[in-house]
Amino acid sequence: MTIKELHSKLKTKQISSSELTKEALEKIEKGNSKVAAFLSITPEVALEQAKHADALIASEKEVCWLTGIPFGLKDVIVTEGITTTAASKILEDFTPPYSATVYENLKSVKGVLVGKLNCDEFAMGASTENSAYVKTKNPWDLERVPGGSSGGSAAAVSAGLVPYALGTDTGGSIRQPSSFCSVVGLKPTYGRVSRYGLIPLGNSLDQAGPITNSVEDSAVVLNIIAGFDPKDSTSVKKDLPDYSKNLSKGIKELKFGIPKEYLAEGVDPKVKEVFLRASKKIEDLGGKIVETSLPRSEQAIPVYYIIMSSEVSTNLARYDGIRFGKSRDFFGPETKRRIMLGTYALSSGYYDAYYLKAAKVRQLIFEDFQNAFEKVDFIIGPTSPILPFKFGERVDNPLQMYLADLFTVPQNLAGVPAISVPGGFSEGLPVGLQITANHFEEEKLLQAAYAFEQATDFHKQKPEGF
Amino acid sequence: MAENITKDKVKSIAKLANLSLTENEIEKYSKQLSEVIDFNVSKLNKVDTDQVEPLLNASGLTNVYREDKVEPGLTSEDALKNVKEIHNGFIKVKAILDQ
Repeated sequence: MTIKELHSKLKTKQISSSELTKEALEKIEKGNSKVAAFLSITPEVALEQAKHADALIASEKEVCWLTGIPFGLKDVIVTEGITTTAASKILEDFTPPYSATVYENLKSVKGVLVGKLNCDEFAMGASTENSAYVKTKNPWDLERVPGGSSGGSAAAVSAGLVPYALGTDTGGSIRQPSSFCSVVGLKPTYGRVSRYGLIPLGNSLDQAGPITNSVEDSAVVLNIIAGFDPKDSTSVKKDLPDYSKNLSKGIKELKFGIPKEYLAEGVDPKVKEVFLRASKKIEDLGGKIVETSLPRSEQAIPVYYIIMSSEVSTNLARYDGIRFGKSRDFFGPETKRRIMLGTYALSSGYYDAYYLKAAKVRQLIFEDFQNAFEKVDFIIGPTSPILPFKFGERVDNPLQMYLADLFTVPQNLAGVPAISVPGGFSEGLPVGLQITANHFEEEKLLQAAYAFEQATDFHKQKPEGF
Repeated sequence: MAENITKDKVKSIAKLANLSLTENEIEKYSKQLSEVIDFNVSKLNKVDTDQVEPLLNASGLTNVYREDKVEPGLTSEDALKNVKEIHNGFIKVKAILDQ
């Protein structure tokens, strides 16, 4: 059910938040044994928060769409008093003494936290197979990965275990699993949502965002989590529109650019076919499809892997096993691989050739987007060049795994917002349509995504057995 | 430019990164790091960046200031909650100097 539907039930007192929460906890208990989306379930916290929500609803005061609605958080978002592991053994016993701002925001409107969701260790991966605890399964095909790194969040929403969840996105970690699980995933502009309390992967790339069943739900969650935070000096002071207000504005006369580099080699023909059908739909709705170019697309993955790994190697230096967490021997293989790569790229004698060179090419990628947005309103493409794959297919082949991020990393490098919406299916497997807009144009981005969603019924199709 | 990251190089990077690797891991990372670096750097080197300034922050923000006002923070009890060994309110670590 969407947030909107649940909200109207709560408001008209057809159901209380406590009842809704109990239902959600039962559903999680059943569904989680199939998909393994949750790392921990928090019934005591949830029932307590539901009580507060019910009191607020009973008081007849103004309530928000999210009041009393259960949600889950990716386990890299710290929660005071609730174990937060980043899906790593090194943080197995870590109980944060403070909460992330995004969680505080959801608490302040009396949202209900039902649990923490699985992901790749420290959000490093594209399949959630790098979790040190459990392999989350794709609800559409239990033999396939849910994508990653926010695979638990996407699988939980897709299987109907929670109405919405928060993920984080460093190189596609919200959008790619949303594509694999046929849900809506939004990565906001860098600086739009506070990063305070996100266990960092790459500080210059990370953003938190919603994973939902509909574009409207994405807008209402963004309304609550977006905004300047004095605790995050990279969050930006800028007016916040009501993102859910003008969703049905339509896309007539707006220009949608398909970068010619996006449909070149490396894209599964099945994905391409579904994407071309989706772009035809945009044309039917009055949007103009034009060719555009992001000439440095080939460099996006190399730039990303050098910069992200360098940030990883410095970020993860904090895990010394002294102040919190266990010793560094508890890092998993992918985490170690990236620490090694980053340490090498930053080491004396290599810094100019690797890190500095990558930061310069990053500038050119940023300019590619600015040049493209002078002529088009949006850039569109498939969210992922490949369909959801089977477990073990790519896990020990880092280059193959890294290429799964081909269409999603450029947005993080440039800091622009992007959304993945259900774009269709190929042989029963979901394909996401990704729409990218210029900095701080989330309102326009959501309007375009809404127009596409309302003209199709892919978002209404749900996996069987949940 | 084919990068060959030798096992000795891997060992010295591991030391910088404070990671203790097994012989098996050293072997594996030597091969994988060489591959990954070679793939990435050969693509980066195709681009001329002589006149380009590095992009370190995509939001364009520069210095961010706040009022110099004391706000409540964590109590030392909370801050030390996850510490393995505490002695008189201090974090206990291994000796790093000879006695």
